[in-house]
Amino acid sequence: MSELIALTAAALSEKLASREVSSVEVTQAHLDRIAAVDGDIHAFLHVSENALATAAEVDGARKLGAKLNPLAGVPVAIKDVLCTLDMPSTAGSRILEGWVPPYDATVVSKLRAAKLIPLGKTNMDEFAMGSSTEHSAFGPTHNPWDLERIPGGSGGGSAAAVAAFEAPLALGSDTGGSIRQPAAVTGTVGMKPTYGGVSRYGAIALASSLDQVGPVSRTVLDAALLHDVIGGHDPHDSTSLTDDWPSFAEAARTGAASGSLKGVRVGVVKELGGEGFQAGVSERFAEALEVMAAAGAEIVEVSAPSFTYAVAAYYLILPAEASSNLAKFDSVRFGLRVNPKGGGTVEDVMAATREAGFGPEVKRRIILGTYALSAGYYDAYYGSAQKVRTLIQRDFASAFEKADVLVSPAAPTTAFKLGEKLEDPLSMYLNDVTTIPANLAGVPGMGLPMGLAAEDGLPTGIQIMAPAHEDARIYNVGATLEALLEQSWGHTLMSRAPGHPSAEGGKK
Amino acid sequence: MSSAELMDFDKALELFEPMLGFEVHVELNTKTKMFSSAPNPAAPGADAGEPNTMVTPVCLGLPGSLPVVNEQAIRYSISLGLALGCEIAPSSRFARKNYFYPDLAKNYQISQFDEPIAHDGAVDVELANGKTFRIEIERAHMEEDAGKLTHVGGSTGRIQGAEYSLVDYNRAGVPLVEIVTKMIPGAEQDAPELAKAYVAVIRDIVVSLGISEARMERGNLRCDANISLSPRGSGKLGTRTETKNVNSLRSVERSIRYEIQRQAAILHAGGTITQETRHWHEDTGATSAGRPKSDADDYRYFPEPDLLPVEPSKALIEELRAALPEPPAERRKRLKDSWGFTDLEFQDVVNSGLLVEVESTVAAGASPAQARKWWTGEIARLANAGSVDPSSLVSPADVAALVGLVESGELTDRLARQVLEGVIAGEGTPSEVVEKRGLKVVSDDGALIAAIDEALASQPDILAKIRDGKVQAAGAVIGAVMKAMRGQADAARVRELVLERANSSSS
Amino acid sequence: MTDSTPSPLDAVQVAHLANLARIALTPEETEKLTGELGVIIESIAKVSEVATPDVPATSHPIRLTNVFRPDVPGETLTVEEALSGAPERDGDRFKVSAILGEEQ
Repeated sequence: MSELIALTAAALSEKLASREVSSVEVTQAHLDRIAAVDGDIHAFLHVSENALATAAEVDGARKLGAKLNPLAGVPVAIKDVLCTLDMPSTAGSRILEGWVPPYDATVVSKLRAAKLIPLGKTNMDEFAMGSSTEHSAFGPTHNPWDLERIPGGSGGGSAAAVAAFEAPLALGSDTGGSIRQPAAVTGTVGMKPTYGGVSRYGAIALASSLDQVGPVSRTVLDAALLHDVIGGHDPHDSTSLTDDWPSFAEAARTGAASGSLKGVRVGVVKELGGEGFQAGVSERFAEALEVMAAAGAEIVEVSAPSFTYAVAAYYLILPAEASSNLAKFDSVRFGLRVNPKGGGTVEDVMAATREAGFGPEVKRRIILGTYALSAGYYDAYYGSAQKVRTLIQRDFASAFEKADVLVSPAAPTTAFKLGEKLEDPLSMYLNDVTTIPANLAGVPGMGLPMGLAAEDGLPTGIQIMAPAHEDARIYNVGATLEALLEQSWGHTLMSRAPGHPSAEGGKK
Repeated sequence: MSSAELMDFDKALELFEPMLGFEVHVELNTKTKMFSSAPNPAAPGADAGEPNTMVTPVCLGLPGSLPVVNEQAIRYSISLGLALGCEIAPSSRFARKNYFYPDLAKNYQISQFDEPIAHDGAVDVELANGKTFRIEIERAHMEEDAGKLTHVGGSTGRIQGAEYSLVDYNRAGVPLVEIVTKMIPGAEQDAPELAKAYVAVIRDIVVSLGISEARMERGNLRCDANISLSPRGSGKLGTRTETKNVNSLRSVERSIRYEIQRQAAILHAGGTITQETRHWHEDTGATSAGRPKSDADDYRYFPEPDLLPVEPSKALIEELRAALPEPPAERRKRLKDSWGFTDLEFQDVVNSGLLVEVESTVAAGASPAQARKWWTGEIARLANAGSVDPSSLVSPADVAALVGLVESGELTDRLARQVLEGVIAGEGTPSEVVEKRGLKVVSDDGALIAAIDEALASQPDILAKIRDGKVQAAGAVIGAVMKAMRGQADAARVRELVLERANSSSS
Repeated sequence: MTDSTPSPLDAVQVAHLANLARIALTPEETEKLTGELGVIIESIAKVSEVATPDVPATSHPIRLTNVFRPDVPGETLTVEEALSGAPERDGDRFKVSAILGEEQ
């Protein structure tokens, strides 16, 4: 069965449709894989008890000739930031340990309606605050490429699950790079949609104006297939767009088949590279640009001066919104309740609960956000950050006049070692330097593999961004680039992963 | 709680000039809540409901939940703004008001901060003495209501001394419009009455717009009254207090009067007024200090990121403007004329804050004179005795039904008062109370004649006296019959029958 | 809201902020946070350099307006679903210990 877990979702979809395999077999294969490797990887916080039963139901429906979504019967892991009726939803936090919501997130409902098989909930930095998954209250996730290294964050669990072949697909969320940066350091693909492209209803909020839910996979086509399932307008989410989205799978297939980037202007953002970037990352990036140029792309350098303020603005806007969004965790209606010794007023209980239930990074950001919003400081901090946002949107707008897509490394380094950056929050924050601008502006961005870094043999990723609403363009160009790169390497990146089933013979 | 010293009201007015301000919260009667599709307990006919039965994840502030704005609430808010003579903002936004409290499911309230939907209006308020005040409206903004807390274990059912509290989120998310006045100088000794009359006008407006049930005793309309005293001739503004828990028109008037007296006494003795929220107690007729607020007012407002700006089109605004009912002053004139009341009679109704009730009762079929008689008469008397507003005792529909029963002869006036008591006590509609208590006037002539015969049996010579021309002798029979029938007879009919008897029989 | 360059963050302020945010920080945490936040705030304060008065603020990445829903009742949670996460309940209501502050 190990061959099943090495397959892409698209390939599984074909085998399921032709009845060559059943969803029960596919699901069992992945559950076995989880049992075999997750002790070391710790991508999952919860494995579903209903997976096989759901798979059997889907097999039954297929036998009856029901018309099914291409991904029906394909297993999917779900980042624990999303509410699931039948599984705990902790957002990686002790304050929600064991909480089972009375409702499904909209994207989860869509998964179920399309008959994908929820495999379980994946690990994450607590409340999505982090770039390494080390801030999970339940222990870190380990990078399948090197277990002593981080898998990225905040969605390290979803990326690792997919990179370790524990699931062909996963859902993640991205507020400042939490899908794209883990993709880069695990050799996988992750897409942050245009803001509003996918519903946030049921996604435990971090920063409301920045959060988006998106697909995590091993190929561009797989991400597109999953994006097709979860995207679209949701009346429960006022910020969701009413666009009539085209099929992203089709965009990906077209891109993969074309092999040419003729007529595509690829913008390289000056401010998203250079100093502070690992040599191996910059090398692979330069090569990727050459590959694109050789395929007919016009490489243009663009400048976005306000991007140098992006991280600063982000670390004002996010904590401010988060400090408000996290106020609801107060011991009253759900989650942890800690009664201080000797009892106390409800104010005491709230304060004791939040002290015990939140980790240090969360407390740091809540205090920072409270400060940024407080009387006398609003204009200088939050107010100013919102203005930087305007400048960043303007810079994107003018960049997109000169380029059809913008590219940069998706992360400045390869996966660093666990514990390396924990004592220096500021250096941790700089991991998001290339991904943050897209969240501030609301434009879509994808992280996909661009090769292994020479100095450490670890994955690096390239980020492709497009104007708001042009997600299809990213799938198109991304699929072309992916095909070109794989052609130039002679293999897929993931086939070189230590955990790849064909490479094993028993080895983990 | 020791009682505060109060200065004589007139003396207080000599020394100080009162400055007023009001924040009135109106619960809209839309079918669903402001930001969720849960049913609205403030909708017409809606029940308070069993606790936590009218909630969605949004009402409970569950992780991942998101607000979505109720379109009808927007329309109602715009209409209210227009009726208050306000400008409607071409673009307004929601903002988060952040503070922790167990009845606030998200620990922030979605409200509006520096971009309210309506601003800069005015309402004219007429007083009993004929003076008209123009009260300037600073703004009207939309927000959501909080849940309901019940405090358990203390002796008063209030927060102080309670052991624990229980939370019901049915009310959480009910749409509110908060109407804030500019500071109101110049009310002088009319301040208490002006306060009451202003709230009555707001009530009038929202009822005639049909956007709120406006039942103060149910919290559909809530008034926070701000008052400060400025020492005469000083040109300096005083420190203001804000009084909450003012649940009736009656309380509005009383609490303003009380605060003037209380503050005057303190200031005159050389003390200072603490800027604080105070709590009105209708039973003791006094305000008490609220608990000190440690966070002061740092609500850390910022634009609500989960909601988008509200930008009503000019066409919508004009549509709503055209649909406005007539302004209060015009409406009052029209009603007075159509009812045929004298100025005094009409003022009586208005001053008692009963215009809405009388109008609704007339709409339900009663004659204006009867409606006025009952509301300003018996019902007001009972309300006063119970320290509540008349409108909280009985519905206009029931009063109209009662009037109908009297007019049809089924009840005498006296019986009707008993029926009213039964309705107020919750025994049912007037007809139901009549049934249950068996209070119907006997209209069956046969029964009356039988009673008359019985009465005559003990006074046989009465008929002869009547035939002799001493008609007033009939009184004794009538009295006896009424007594025997426990008042459940129409005295006039009994008299007729007695006289018929007298004239038709030969002794 | 007066607005000159804000003063650097000290431990007293951090303690006040923690109170506003209802987090019972230990003295050690307060001290550590004060140091960390000081560094962070220094680096993010530069946003005010470019945030000139002529630049409008953006609070939403996308230009939507007038997003409403019709006034039609939808599904509610059952009482059991609503109370399902309650750390403490009394009948059909959430139970909390005595409240110190007043409602706003």
